This record gives sequence, structure tokens and C-alpha cells, in this order.
Amino acid sequence: MTDTFFELLNYKFFSNALLASLLTSINCGIIGSYIVSRRLVFISGGITHASFGGIGLGYFFGFNPIISAVVFSVFSALGIEFLSKKAEVREDSLIGIFWSFGMAAGILFISLTPGYAPNLMGYLFGSLLTVTSHDLAMMTGLAVIVTSFFLLFYKIILFISFDQEYAKTHNAPVQLINYVLISLVAVTIVLSIKVAGIILIISLLTIPQTIANLFTKDFKIMIFLSIPLAFLGAFAGLLLSYFLNIPSGATIIMALVFAFIIAKLLSMIITRLKIRKAVSLSGKDSGKI
Amino acid sequence: MSRIVELKNVSAGYAGEIVLEDINIDIFGNDFIGIIGPNGGGKTTLLKVILGLIKPYKGTVRFHDDRHGKSSDSVGYLPQINQIDQRFPISVIDVVLSGLMSKEGLFSRYSGKQKKHAEDLLNQLGIFNLKKKNIGQLSGGQLQRVYLCRAIISSPHLLMLDEPNTFVDTKFETDFYEILKKLNKEMAIIVVSHDVGTISWYVKTIACVNRNLHYHPSNHITQEQLASYNCPIQIITHGDVPHTVLEIHKH
Repeated sequence: MTDTFFELLNYKFFSNALLASLLTSINCGIIGSYIVSRRLVFISGGITHASFGGIGLGYFFGFNPIISAVVFSVFSALGIEFLSKKAEVREDSLIGIFWSFGMAAGILFISLTPGYAPNLMGYLFGSLLTVTSHDLAMMTGLAVIVTSFFLLFYKIILFISFDQEYAKTHNAPVQLINYVLISLVAVTIVLSIKVAGIILIISLLTIPQTIANLFTKDFKIMIFLSIPLAFLGAFAGLLLSYFLNIPSGATIIMALVFAFIIAKLLSMIITRLKIRKAVSLSGKDSGKI
Repeated sequence: MSRIVELKNVSAGYAGEIVLEDINIDIFGNDFIGIIGPNGGGKTTLLKVILGLIKPYKGTVRFHDDRHGKSSDSVGYLPQINQIDQRFPISVIDVVLSGLMSKEGLFSRYSGKQKKHAEDLLNQLGIFNLKKKNIGQLSGGQLQRVYLCRAIISSPHLLMLDEPNTFVDTKFETDFYEILKKLNKEMAIIVVSHDVGTISWYVKTIACVNRNLHYHPSNHITQEQLASYNCPIQIITHGDVPHTVLEIHKH
């Protein structure tokens, strides 16, 4: 099997897929930790599905659907963020509107596009083995932006995410940071579509982070744990899907869910052991007295 | 003592609905004001207007402050603790350091001196051992102390606390107000509370907020005075035997 693995690496499509998994793990590890900590999972789901409108737009006008999806999802993200603050419509209701609007727009554009829509299933469910060097370049660019943004502004991101109102009393640029971060969430989602697809991408933004959160309650450590966990899931899913000849996106999610169940059991055992230790220690103390 | 904040003819509210009307109050450097009033009377709104979180529809909020220049540095704020996500992955020491947000640039890391200052504060409030704990692991009383550290780490001129006595027991409450009494030597304090009895023990003056503001220039207030201020709340006095003095009622 190891021999086959190294043989596989010689294939461009496979090394591309592996590199895409790594870059996506970095992007989703960082952005997903922000999403999970701030409880933005639902808004992220909304942005993900809204981006389908951009995919349809790309098909209809005949340019790269990923580019139009980036534009479409960033506008949806900013729209939800802005309208929930200014228009006094509840945020979750707005998310529902953008979610279905984007999907509907996508379906209409694709049905209006003459002829057959190639790779449509790839956008919906992911197609890791068709990643191009152009995709990789965009993912690398995003990884550089996301990593440097979090390195430079870590402290203020943490404080604003934790308590927005308090940050406002200190004149922190709360609104600006929120807009930048929600845009990064949108771009990360779209550039990760190749890996897991619109339907499944939310998994890479939540499962590794939730596993990390079982073992740490520190935002920084959560990021550092999420990245390798996401990569591990993507790597295992990629290999399994190749050897069993099953869809890569769905296999990656299965690997992540499996990892989550194992991790949850592990953390329960650790807690149990801690309790047992604490009880036996307190028993000894009372024995002495 | 110098004047810190001046509110002139302030009216404020939410979504076009007026909650506070024509508020006038001057806050001086050594004030210790207890704000009382019924639920929905506008107590929290008043704090938020002073903090600049809510823009008044009418009137002005003016800071007289030359030490820092910016008003945000001179005000410390302790919000109601149920307003904050208790499961957010952040440690106690980071929460305290976040009180220095406006003193620091966006990029810079905290200096050893600032970290030492945060640790000293935790020590003074008897929670140094919780330094590395996640806030989700803390009790209500411990959380209040952490948020108090965050509020005072920037050495503000004015400290504002919103219902600091919810979710805590009486023992903690007494300790907490003793801490505030000490802090009052260095800063003005405004505390919002629904428990008139306890706060009147510590505060110097009382303000009743129920759409309007009535300033009562002493810490002793009677049911009749409250009624004349249009402030329908009950007074609980703390004597030798714990008892509650209820509003006059027929039965």
C-alpha cells in the first residue's frame, strides 16, 4: 500500500488533491475556529448555499464559476451582516432568505444556460481529484491572507469575538473587523468547494474545530489543533475514496464524523479518569485526618 | 472634586421608542451613585448612553477629561454577566487584558508590565489561581470578579456596573461592595441595582430612573420619597433580623 501511495504521488491529479487538502485544512482550520467560537455555523451554511447563485451566474455568462461564486457569497455575507444590524430583521430569518435566494438563482441560471452543465455535481459534492493549478494558486493566496490576518490581529479578533459590546466601549473597530472576517468566511467557503462541495463543506468548518474544542478551551490552541485534524480527515478520506472508488467529498466527511465519535468517547474516558483520581485523592486526605 | 461626565437634556431609546426622557446629571470624581428603578425603566440604557453604545436622540453627553483625551479610556464597564457567551474559548487572564484594548495598538502584544498588572489585580480580588482557567469553568461570583478586573485595569475615572449582585450570594455581595468602597477612593462609581437595601449601605447618593431621572442626594431613601419620584420598587432593609418591608397593601 505504501508503494502504491508513492506511485500515486507521481500523478499530478493526486499530488494536486493532496496539496489542496492541506491548503483547505489551513484555511478551514483558522476560519472554522472563528465560526465555531462565535456560533456562526448557521450563517456559514447560508453563505455556502447562497454561493450557488454565483456558480449559476458563471455558467450562464460563461466564466469561471468559482470567481462569480466568490463575489456572490461575499455580497451575501456582507448583506446578512449589514441588514441584520440596520434593517432590524432578525439575523436567522435573513440567513434563510439569502440561503434559498442563492440556491434559486443558481438553479434558474443553470436551467437558462443552453446545453449541458458540466461538472455541476463537482460543485455540489466536491471533486478533489480535478483540482487545477489555478485552484491551487487561489487557495495559496487565501491561505497567506488568512494566516497573516490572524497573526497580525489575533488579539483584537479574540477580544471582539468574545464581547462585541465591550470592545465597542473601547472604540475598537468592531464593525470593520466583523465585515472583514465574514468576507474571509465567504471566500474560504467558496475556495473550499472543490474539496467537499457546497452541500458538504460546512463539515470542514465545524467538525475538526469541535473535536479540538473537546480537548482545549483556548482559541489559539483550537486553531492549531483544527488544521492537522482537518488534514487528517481529508487525507484519510482521499485515500479511502481512491482505493474503494467512492466519492471523495462524502468519504472525507465520513472520516471526520468517525474521528469526532472516537474523540468524544476519548474525552469522556479522560473526564471519567479525572473524576476517579479526584475522588480517590480526596478519600485519602480524609483518611489521614 | 472635578466633574467627569455631564448629561444635558438627554433623551434616548430603541427603534424610535423613547426609554429615557430629558435626563440631566453631572457625575463628579468621588461620586458613588446607586441607580435604582423598575425593570424596563431605562437603567441599563442610561449606562449605555454614557458609554456611547447608544446615541441619544436629543441632548449631549460630555466628558471632561484631560488625562487620556479619549473618553473610552476613562470609563470602566461591567456588563450584566448573562450578556456574555460563557462558553467562548478564552482564558481569565486574556479577559482581564482585554480591558487594555484601547490603550494598545491593534498589532502590539502585551508587555510584561501589563501582564504583571493583570496578575496583581487577580491577586487583589483573590482569584489569581483561576488565571489560566477558561471562563466557562467559573462560578457567577468568580466571573463578576474577572469582569471587575477587566473594567478597572485601565485605571478609569468612572466605573459603571450593571446589576453586579445577580447570580451571587450575600457573602460575595458584601465582599464585592467592600472592594468597590476601596476603589471609590480612586474613581467615581455608578452601580445599577434592583436591591435598594444593600446598595444604600455603600453608595453615597441614589438616582431613581423610570423614564425620568430623580437624583436623591443622600443614601437614605424612604418609600414615600420613592413614590414621589415615581419609582415603584420595594425597599428591603437589612437589620438584625432579616426582614422585607413590603409596599403598603390592603388585605
